[in-house]
Amino acid sequence: MAVNDATLAIDVHGLTKRFGDKTVVKGIDLQVPKGIIFGFLGPNGSGKTTSIRMMCGLLTPDAGEGMVLGLNVLTQAPEIKRRIGYMTQRFSLYEDLSVAENLSFVARTYCMSDVGDRVARALAELGLAHRSTQLAGTLSGGWKQRLALAACMIHEPDLLMLDEPTAGVDPEARRAFWNEIHELAARGVTVLVTTHYMDEVERCHEIAYLSEGRIVARGTPKTVARTSGLKAVSIHGPDLMALAPRLRMLPGITSVAALGAELVVSSADADALTAAVASLEDGRYRMTEVDPTFEDVFVELTRRVGTGDKNHGEAAA
Amino acid sequence: MSPWGCAWSPLRALIIKEFIQMRRDRMTFAMMIALPLMQLLLFGYAINTDPKALPTVIVAGDSGPVTRDLISALQTTGYFKITGMADGPAEADRMLTRGYVQFAITIPQDFERKYARGERPQILIEGDATDPSAISGAVSAANLAQNWLVDGATKGALAFAEGRPRGFEVVVHRRYNPENITQYNIVPGLIGVILSQTMMIITSIAVSRERERGTLEALLVMPLRPLEVMLGKIIPYILVGYVQVAIILVAARYVFQVPIQGSILLLSAMTIIFIAVNLAVGFLFSTRAKTQLQAVQMVFFFFLPSILLSGFMFPFRGMPQWAQWIGSALPLTHYLRIVRGIILKGSGIGDLYIHLLPMTGLLVVIVVGALLWYRRTLD
Repeated sequence: MAVNDATLAIDVHGLTKRFGDKTVVKGIDLQVPKGIIFGFLGPNGSGKTTSIRMMCGLLTPDAGEGMVLGLNVLTQAPEIKRRIGYMTQRFSLYEDLSVAENLSFVARTYCMSDVGDRVARALAELGLAHRSTQLAGTLSGGWKQRLALAACMIHEPDLLMLDEPTAGVDPEARRAFWNEIHELAARGVTVLVTTHYMDEVERCHEIAYLSEGRIVARGTPKTVARTSGLKAVSIHGPDLMALAPRLRMLPGITSVAALGAELVVSSADADALTAAVASLEDGRYRMTEVDPTFEDVFVELTRRVGTGDKNHGEAAA
Repeated sequence: MSPWGCAWSPLRALIIKEFIQMRRDRMTFAMMIALPLMQLLLFGYAINTDPKALPTVIVAGDSGPVTRDLISALQTTGYFKITGMADGPAEADRMLTRGYVQFAITIPQDFERKYARGERPQILIEGDATDPSAISGAVSAANLAQNWLVDGATKGALAFAEGRPRGFEVVVHRRYNPENITQYNIVPGLIGVILSQTMMIITSIAVSRERERGTLEALLVMPLRPLEVMLGKIIPYILVGYVQVAIILVAARYVFQVPIQGSILLLSAMTIIFIAVNLAVGFLFSTRAKTQLQAVQMVFFFFLPSILLSGFMFPFRGMPQWAQWIGSALPLTHYLRIVRGIILKGSGIGDLYIHLLPMTGLLVVIVVGALLWYRRTLD
């Protein structure tokens, strides 16, 4: 039985889910302290959504146990549902109901006594007031996400689970969205969020990286980057497009990515990187050491799982 | 939040939501109102037309002038089209069984003699009553043919017997139809058929639509109990069902001239159970269907036996035993007896509770089944 640690919003062990003969989540352990923004990352199909659904009580784990907000995942799903807000990956409010009607519906299902006030407040806070009578189905992507966020917050949950809340949303709306999430965290709400955008990784307090149903790295964004052991060099010079395939052929290179007028070469093997760079020492290229991008870090982490490298680091948070 | 407010608030939320969606979904709305009207008019008129020139075979035991007059008089009514003479009752019976003819009319051997003596001989009309409306018009026409015959006969060979009461008796055997259904049975029956079809489809798509549009995931993560979800899907449509009942009753009374003998209030009270059963069946299917299309397909698996084995299309007592057993497990069977009883026979609660009990039993079984089948997770 999991020990109930009052400082943790989520504390689950060995969560496993099989669909048919395919194991989608392979025994994940996750500890999320209260009041932080926790990034849940990984490629498509790595098991993020399934893990979240298990923690919400929407899927029954095949193995594992744990607590969410001090409530047992296996036996107290109805109580958990009452106290969390879950924003689904796909827009799951009623497109044929207006913004205000959707919010009123949700508020009533949570037995809110002051439905009108709450809806008015939610509309004002998220800047939806002028769209309150618009049908949800006619909102643009960014506004739909705001409405979905408003809906999953209307009952003031202690824990928000946001599954790709910013997918397909323009940069401005994404920034506004993240500002809102930070405000919530500042008020003490714990936020678990999944994303594909690497720039959003840095806006999380802690992250866990999932690959093929396993957590392969976790910690603060910086420690995860560090433990990947990845080093990167940026190369300026002529005819970089011809150079890129040559570099990719070299042993130990994780990625070669063209970023504007430069080529970023990264590798977890410092010697391999040095050797690669040395092969270019003919004066035509200018090289500078740079921080690896999170994209490269995650490509490296995914690659290690793929090659069965057991030597992946787990940073102490 | 008061505990009382919490008892009703989620259910209220679901009901309000359902009504708003109903109002905005024109297609479903059209289905709820237009479909019953269309069925009513098509079924009602198609089945209630007064068919004429029905194929008839004659078994003539006599061949005198009165018999000839009789045959021509029958033909003059327009209802009988004499297609041939049978050699004997066996042949006539075979033609009837095979559906070659609608009627076999037997004129007995001593018909002329008895007629002349004013002994009112009998003629036998055997009708294929699987389509009951087909024969009722013809049978009354056969009785009218008598007048023709009498008029003709007075001027003819039998004028000597003038002044004595003459005529014949028409004995009718409605074959294959022991319940002796009249054409009025169809329209009241349509109340049951239309209700069960639209109500089942409505709830079955109402839940699978949530699944298909992705809203079920949000619904499942809300603190809603299965019973609340089910009632939230059933209560709004009970009202819709009553709108349909009202439409059909008005049409039955004023378009099809069906006399309503019993209490409309009693009918409404008993109809609520029937509507609820059908909504619950739809809900039951929707807990399993992955898409709206699948849900509708499942409904037809239930609807088809309902229409065929409930006594709507074929007389219930005319069906083989196994079909009657299946029929007894269908809510429509019991409701048809209730609705026909109230509208046509003016039955009261005392006559009808024996049909109400099995229907209520089915409601309980289906509701419990649906609740057990309803999954609170996405597993």
